[in-house]
Amino acid sequence: MAVNPNDKHKMTVVEGSYATAHAAKVSRPHVISAYPITPQTHIVEDLSQFMADGEIPGCEYINVESEFSAISALIGAAATGARTYSATTSQGLFLMHEALLNASGMRLPIVMTVVNRAAGAPINIWNDQQDSIAQRDTGWIQLYAEDTQEAADMVLQAFKIAEDKNVLLPIMVCMDGFVLSHVYEPVVLLDRKEADEYLPPFKPDVYLDPKNPLSFGTLGDPSVYTEFRYKQEQAMRNALPLIEKAADDFKKVTGRYYGGLVEGYELDDADVVIVSFGSILGTIKDVIDEYRASGEKIGVLKVRAFRPFPTEAIANALKNAKAVVVIEKDISIGRNEGALFTEIKAGLYNTPMRTPMVGYMVGHGGRDIRPMHIKKIIEATKKVAETGKIEIESQFNDVKEELL
Amino acid sequence: MSDNQPFNLLTPGHNGCAGCCDSLAAKYVLMAVGPDCIVVNPTGCLEVMTTPFPRSAWNVPWIHSLFENGGAVAAGIEAALKSLGRRGNTKVIGIGGDGSTMDIGIGALSGAFERNHDILYVCIDNEAYMNTGVQRSSGTPLYASTSTSPAGSVSYGNNTNKKDMPAIMVAHGSPYVATTSIGYANDMIKKVKKAADVVGSTYIHTHAPCPTGWGFDSSKTIEIAKLAVDCCLWPLYEIENGEVTAVRKVKNPKPVEEYLKAQSRFKHLFKMEGGDKEIEKIQQYADKNIAKYGLDK
Repeated sequence: MAVNPNDKHKMTVVEGSYATAHAAKVSRPHVISAYPITPQTHIVEDLSQFMADGEIPGCEYINVESEFSAISALIGAAATGARTYSATTSQGLFLMHEALLNASGMRLPIVMTVVNRAAGAPINIWNDQQDSIAQRDTGWIQLYAEDTQEAADMVLQAFKIAEDKNVLLPIMVCMDGFVLSHVYEPVVLLDRKEADEYLPPFKPDVYLDPKNPLSFGTLGDPSVYTEFRYKQEQAMRNALPLIEKAADDFKKVTGRYYGGLVEGYELDDADVVIVSFGSILGTIKDVIDEYRASGEKIGVLKVRAFRPFPTEAIANALKNAKAVVVIEKDISIGRNEGALFTEIKAGLYNTPMRTPMVGYMVGHGGRDIRPMHIKKIIEATKKVAETGKIEIESQFNDVKEELL
Repeated sequence: MSDNQPFNLLTPGHNGCAGCCDSLAAKYVLMAVGPDCIVVNPTGCLEVMTTPFPRSAWNVPWIHSLFENGGAVAAGIEAALKSLGRRGNTKVIGIGGDGSTMDIGIGALSGAFERNHDILYVCIDNEAYMNTGVQRSSGTPLYASTSTSPAGSVSYGNNTNKKDMPAIMVAHGSPYVATTSIGYANDMIKKVKKAADVVGSTYIHTHAPCPTGWGFDSSKTIEIAKLAVDCCLWPLYEIENGEVTAVRKVKNPKPVEEYLKAQSRFKHLFKMEGGDKEIEKIQQYADKNIAKYGLDK
């Protein structure tokens, strides 16, 4: 259930970037800091226009000279007690890398939209998910949106999760570049009243203040360092139920729901289960509808939260499957598989479950994934389900032999 | 709050070396500005020696993020104070070393100054990466021997002059830029106060001799600092809105040898063949300062 049928009259056709910028606006951020980079640019342009039109009262927008300074300025602002937002992609996200670890280590609940884009070289502005996946160990919560409505609504959910006192971790809201950021679709733009009802003001217990001088970002030697990491991991554990609660609470206010940590589609009786994240789920669901129409039990598990990794929820969702196939737009080079595939297998290894699993790396650098590709993958996985045998565990989809 | 509170904003008991220049400089800054400030301290000796968790020597709100982002973090704090309506008279102050200011952090600092955030930035320049073992920076002067620009049989040491960082900050349109020395505490405190009172991005570049890195006895920090000013290798001036408005005169400039001889980082110049000619180049650098700022007039 995406949009409540009763809300259809509220729908308006806007670009995905606009919907996200609007969501950031109604979240009432104190400080926005961003640097333009394709395909994130429309989000920062829309936010700049909102600022120029006085639509984000009291907000300070810092037009920084790099992504590195964008995230650094938000570190300072969040430590001062401000609600902070940014957006970036690919090369910009990589430039932020050092500061990403720092923001999480200092437990600053920054929310940032990552408009997923491929990594150079070769330079490529089109969509895959290599950029955010490459940041998976920075201590940021990572949520992946399926469509533009979810990408926008996820911004508010992210603030709610990040600012919870049992979490206090930064969050990346990941949306596929161009496929979501530049597409015009009907969405419901959250009004301020609903946003305020859902998202209370940010009131941190500690912040930089001359009246109560505290030190942030001190030196942690070996005698104390481990405990900082331990508490970060505990915060990630704490986030698991809160990601679900944030989705449930959002549904109460808006009627819209996209799943908590994971969400199944035609899943319960499915023999072959596809696992994936991001906008490709739309294509996959269309293909599944065709299979279901002819009586074939194919289903899909959408992964919304990649960090914290919802091992239990995934194990539970896959328990009846005869074969599982993970389709994703990233690769851990040198492992010959995508990160989601690796992590699902790792999470299930010490369980009784012995369902055969295969992985496909697809859509690198924005190459189209069409229903025919998904069908081919499903047909191959059906054989795995029938025989219980895996011929190729992980493979690239659609490699052009003539270019090799 | 006791009457001598301004003197306790950076408390004793931290891990600084005897004769440490950073602790003196930071103390002068806080004496000038007082408790109503937020300090941003990029990675370096000052950060490491004052905040071994769970201890902190700072009695003002303080943040360390990374080595190269002091300017951006300060900008973010200033923006947050504005947005939260908590600005009042609170001054945001960056305090960084020559490495974090002149080298790795110059991009973020340039951005903050170009946007003219209401911040004061103080560079404590001890002319090399002291925290990691005396490697050269763009603040290292000509012929100083450091661990990455060592003197050797075919090298007189660091082969470049100091980067003119104050001039770069003036070029950003900063309303107030001044040079100071920890050898002249009253002058420094007066200028920091003035810089903090100006609205906009203001810059103080303070010369700060490091006994460990420069090779002199820890009792001589102030003496060496004064010598640098007195031989005109470190001119003290103020630049307001691009115009030089004040210069500290040096009536009888001392020869640079006097300054160089007092530090082991220059000792090779007095032993190597041709060293005297190279010292002459350093003297020419001082003479240029004398002419440029009219130091002896």
